[in-house]
Amino acid sequence: MDIQKKQLLEFYQQMVTIRIFESRVCELFAAGQIPGFVHSSLGQEAIAAGVMACVEKDDKVGLHHRSHGEMIAKGADMNKMMAELFGKATGTCKGKGGSMHIADMDLGILGANGILGAGYAIATGAAFACQYNETKDIALCLFGDGQSNRGPFHESLNVAALWKLPIVFICENNGFGLSNPVKEHLATDCVSDRAAAYGIPGVTVDGNDVLAVYETTLEAVDRARKGNGPSLLEFTTWRWHGHFEGDPAVYKDAQEQEEWLKKDPIPRFAKQLLEQKNATQAELDEMQAKGEALVDAAVKFAEESPWPDVSELFTDVYDRQM
Amino acid sequence: MQMTYAEAIRDAMRVELKRDPKVYLAGEDIGVFGGCFGVTAGLLDEFGPKRIVDTPISENFIVGHAVGSSACGLRPIVEIMFNDFIAVCFDEMCNQAAKVRYMFGGKADVGMVLRMPIGAGIGAAAQHSQSLEGLLTHIPGLISVIPSTPADAKGLLISAIRDDNPVIFYEHKQMYGMPGEVPEGDYTIPIGKADIKREGSDVTIVTWSWMVQKSLAAAEKLAAEGINAEVLDPRTLIPLDKEAILKSVAKTGKLVIVHEEVKTSGFGGEIAAIVSEEGFDYLDAPIKRVAAPDTPIPFSPALEQAYIPSEEKIIEAVKALF
Repeated sequence: MDIQKKQLLEFYQQMVTIRIFESRVCELFAAGQIPGFVHSSLGQEAIAAGVMACVEKDDKVGLHHRSHGEMIAKGADMNKMMAELFGKATGTCKGKGGSMHIADMDLGILGANGILGAGYAIATGAAFACQYNETKDIALCLFGDGQSNRGPFHESLNVAALWKLPIVFICENNGFGLSNPVKEHLATDCVSDRAAAYGIPGVTVDGNDVLAVYETTLEAVDRARKGNGPSLLEFTTWRWHGHFEGDPAVYKDAQEQEEWLKKDPIPRFAKQLLEQKNATQAELDEMQAKGEALVDAAVKFAEESPWPDVSELFTDVYDRQM
Repeated sequence: MQMTYAEAIRDAMRVELKRDPKVYLAGEDIGVFGGCFGVTAGLLDEFGPKRIVDTPISENFIVGHAVGSSACGLRPIVEIMFNDFIAVCFDEMCNQAAKVRYMFGGKADVGMVLRMPIGAGIGAAAQHSQSLEGLLTHIPGLISVIPSTPADAKGLLISAIRDDNPVIFYEHKQMYGMPGEVPEGDYTIPIGKADIKREGSDVTIVTWSWMVQKSLAAAEKLAAEGINAEVLDPRTLIPLDKEAILKSVAKTGKLVIVHEEVKTSGFGGEIAAIVSEEGFDYLDAPIKRVAAPDTPIPFSPALEQAYIPSEEKIIEAVKALF
């Protein structure tokens, strides 16, 4: 596939920006500045960058609990995102959602979800709306390998295939459902093996290769947009950190972790860009600096933002005061 | 015009299907079969399969997809065949539909209606007969509507469909064949307004759904014995018309609450607590509750009849206050 240089550089920019954002979030959490739960997507940046490059603003995206990267890659305002993680009034969701429930309906982002496996039916409902409204919009449903074992997976994929809904199901297989390694929670070798049960395409691809992620997703998105129904994609990757920040991940094999860290998607793609002369080191450094500046600004914005007024506790329960 | 409770519900859906192209129905066997109780009979012929959508047996999907499609601007009316099955898809109501608006900082409307039949008396035993209307009143973000007459069913259902919040609409299967006068065409009843079904001065009976009919029959017998009971139907449990209840108790000085839910943690306990907190001085006798016993619903007709709150039990409870 001939990908324009602009797009290649965009992949890199997205990946480094997400890496910087997530690293900073982990630091801020450890320092006690971010409350609650944080599930870091460090190491999974190529999936967010590759997948979100395939969709348009009006396309719908259902996310999970480890989705800061996808939010950023879909175009969410990082200042508001960081403020949301802090619980500030200026946050994407006015500080009421936090990391696990961050959403931006203006960008078609139907929300992260704290209930693993609850996103399938919601995203499939969004795809139903796209088909009902006869637009060319599609929906993406992202999820982890662990949550692929929830019952709504089956219900939603069955209906999506049955009704040829414009949706792409994307599994980020990062090796673990919390502490449980894939080989101990999955009956088949791959999550994508299950596609056969619904008569839809299913494929497993290296999720640390941004170009492979992009090309695979693009094909599935094109299929959905043309009215040919859903696909089940699985991108293999590795969760660098524990399930949540603060989880020491004692269940991980040290050697395996070491091997996966060497497969870091960012230097790998940087090497490709340099070797194929699609970017100079100076350009890469510039993108790194841009990412740093964006995240610095986001942290500053979040730190300086006010807490929500206590009256906000009572708003948005319904569309009106009851 | 005269129509049954089931016909009134169907008429409300027809009015809205005609008025708003975003309105559609989804559920199990609601198309050719016309719904398990015939409520949607004929709608498939009239509106076609795009608007009247038969789903597989997939309750997680049915309710979850409505969260997604309504957040994307459609107006789904979904049916769960029996109220008991809410247990299968509780997450979709409790953690998704109810919370999306709040978690997203007010940026999503979940304008969906969930219709469910409640009630015992047809020999359907423990898993197809429950009245669980109190259960979801504990989850802020949901509206609970529970009509007791054909006219109320129509007027409240149209209001529910037009509401931008998730509304649960409880239909009692004993009343589907009950006739009544129903206004034609566009007819709405505001959500959150109680209705006094029988004026009285000696005791207030707060009751809903089928128990309104039983309480009205009991009130006639009580009248013959010189006790003039007021029968107040809140019609919606959330929001609850507290003012109307307190006003009636202020007039009568006595309160009996009648519902078909089991007594423990039934919504009657909430009403009793409200009146104790805010209307204690109006009372000149203890509050009484008439409810189903704390048992599963038995199969044998001999046992089932003993389970359902009866006119005699209502009369007995009222008389105990004098």
